[in-house]
Amino acid sequence: MSDAPGKEPVAVVGIGQTKHVAARRDVSIAGLVREAALGALADAELTWAGVDAVVIGKAPDFFEGVMMPELYLADALGAVGKPMLRVHTAGSVGGSTALVAASLVAGRVHGTVLTLAFEKQSESNAMWGLSLPVPFQQPLLAGAGGFFAPHVRAYMRRSGAPEAIGSLVAYKDRRNALKNPCAHLHEHDITLEKVQASPMLWDPIRYSETCPSSDGACAMVLTDRAGAARAPRPPAWLHGGAMRSEPTMFAGKDFVSPRAGKDCAADVYRQAGIADPRREIDAVEMYVPFSWYEPMWLENLGFAAEGEGWQLTESGVTELDGDLPVNMSGGVLSTNPIGASGMIRFAEAALQVRGQAGAHQVPGARKALGHAYGGGSQFFAMWLVGAEPPTG
Amino acid sequence: MLRAPLVVEFPFTRSLGPVQSAFLTGLRERTVLGVRTTDGKVLVPPVEYDPATADELRDLVEVAPTGTVTTWAWNPGPRRGQPLTKPFAWVLVRLDGADTALLHALDVPGPDAVRTGTRVRIRWAATRTGAITDIACFERDQSSSGVTGRHARPHSGRFAAQEGPVTGIVAQARLDYTYSPGRAQSQYIRALAGHRTVGERCPDCRKVYVPPRGACPTCGVATTEQVEVGPRGTVTTFCIVNIKARNAGNAAIDVPYVYAHIALDSADLALHARIAGIPYDQVRMGLRVEPVWSDDARFPDHYRPTGEPDADYDTYKELL
Repeated sequence: MSDAPGKEPVAVVGIGQTKHVAARRDVSIAGLVREAALGALADAELTWAGVDAVVIGKAPDFFEGVMMPELYLADALGAVGKPMLRVHTAGSVGGSTALVAASLVAGRVHGTVLTLAFEKQSESNAMWGLSLPVPFQQPLLAGAGGFFAPHVRAYMRRSGAPEAIGSLVAYKDRRNALKNPCAHLHEHDITLEKVQASPMLWDPIRYSETCPSSDGACAMVLTDRAGAARAPRPPAWLHGGAMRSEPTMFAGKDFVSPRAGKDCAADVYRQAGIADPRREIDAVEMYVPFSWYEPMWLENLGFAAEGEGWQLTESGVTELDGDLPVNMSGGVLSTNPIGASGMIRFAEAALQVRGQAGAHQVPGARKALGHAYGGGSQFFAMWLVGAEPPTG
Repeated sequence: MLRAPLVVEFPFTRSLGPVQSAFLTGLRERTVLGVRTTDGKVLVPPVEYDPATADELRDLVEVAPTGTVTTWAWNPGPRRGQPLTKPFAWVLVRLDGADTALLHALDVPGPDAVRTGTRVRIRWAATRTGAITDIACFERDQSSSGVTGRHARPHSGRFAAQEGPVTGIVAQARLDYTYSPGRAQSQYIRALAGHRTVGERCPDCRKVYVPPRGACPTCGVATTEQVEVGPRGTVTTFCIVNIKARNAGNAAIDVPYVYAHIALDSADLALHARIAGIPYDQVRMGLRVEPVWSDDARFPDHYRPTGEPDADYDTYKELL
């Protein structure tokens, strides 16, 4: 998004999510997505008639075999007679979908846009979708966890982080999830010892340090200044948003701290006038599908110097009552409908600055960052939202 | 250039929700259900949400098993998975009592035997499971006129059958492709047959890509200069896999095994491969390895230690 003069301020005035669970066999995909949409409309006190356009995102087509959600879901989302479009960026899609929707408002193409993302992992197969039998190639040997685990080991080697850091992240996020009624995993008897005793799946990644497989959907209503003035509850204002991408693999790719992630964060901070993210941002909801990605992204996003992100985790800074709370909702580690996971991060950032996050509210949060990534650490989408409208 | 068939298929499951559940349960019980919209129209097949108003629709109605062809197209060569194996007409049929038409197959001897306005009736499948294929096809119907004033009748959507309602289906998806890896990868794969690993160097950044892609992804220029790399290399990072992947390609590999990134000597990015010939818990970053070929395979079966001293971290830290 450009920050050219004259762009319209964008406000988040409605947020809806399903209660995320392992399997929603009682509803169709349309029924699931509609639940989130109705939640967002109710929050904004709008009807379908108040929506000018619909922007939807979902997991890669092979994951769940739905190739044209914009066609299949137009009835369910009140999109008949309106523009409806779909965004693709692998696991970051929920974030990039929200940013495309925001750009339509910022560019004054539409006044009010409904944006949604979903996945029914119970009716999908991500492992299969990631391991199609391409002729002449050796099969991918180890699945998604096996893809990311060597990068975690590389981070541990590079930073010298103690082995327990990953378990601290999982223990924190699972406890945060207990305060979030929408979270999938509610492990009431979670202890640090249980996390550390869980089996190694892809050493150095333990079972309890991996994300679950969830069914869920998330929706937001984005609107302009006039829409925000009519909103019944405080809006979250968009202060900066950006996307960056890079190839899956190339000579010089840094999987531990990808260039695209650094550049994306720098663009967001520049738009938002953030000079020192560690001091100026009150809460961060980032895409952490395996626990060690918390310290890795803390460095990539500029909250800590290279090699020092784990110190924020270890010292409790990222706890819900810490100085820089991270993944207040329980994060991807507690809820992972892949296609929706990026948007859930963005929505949590907005809930925080609206003061609507309930038991996982960070008191007085004024600026929050939502972050999503996808593919082989190659797609990044982020937004920074604030309690006050952007200045200038 | 190499080419090979690539078939992608998967049995996706689908939960139906209340309206499609009633519709498919109805077909199993030889009953066609539609749904009434907010403005009173009857949609067959039914939908969950009103196309005009987005209202939730739950007002089910039963329509007749007879109807009228509203338009059609002749299918002279049926393909795998289509309703009939002999030539047939694709038809849109407005069932008596419905306001919209259903797509299905009409069993007629030739295109001269169908026209817009042809009266038809459902031929039910002998074995019905709660799927659109419970309607085997349509056939011509000389006995009904279509102007008998038959109306849709309200229906609860519930059936007395012992099997209970149909709540889900399996949607078998299949895509048939012809795959070609392209010029650069074809050369790479052919060289592997001689147990040689050949990459390509970018003319701008001088990085050597293995496998080669025919272009440098960072410089965006074509690559043609071939460079043989390896056969030895360095383990730059790895994980120990303790659970079996579900894809059949490597189901034969026992766990635990080591999945490693290996920077072959002279290559500028790492390959992914399995390490063996050493206890899994003794594999380490910097371990020097070499490929182990099996007789019939295109790729090395795995890599094993060479016995050389470990590589210094600074020599491979950019290749993780």
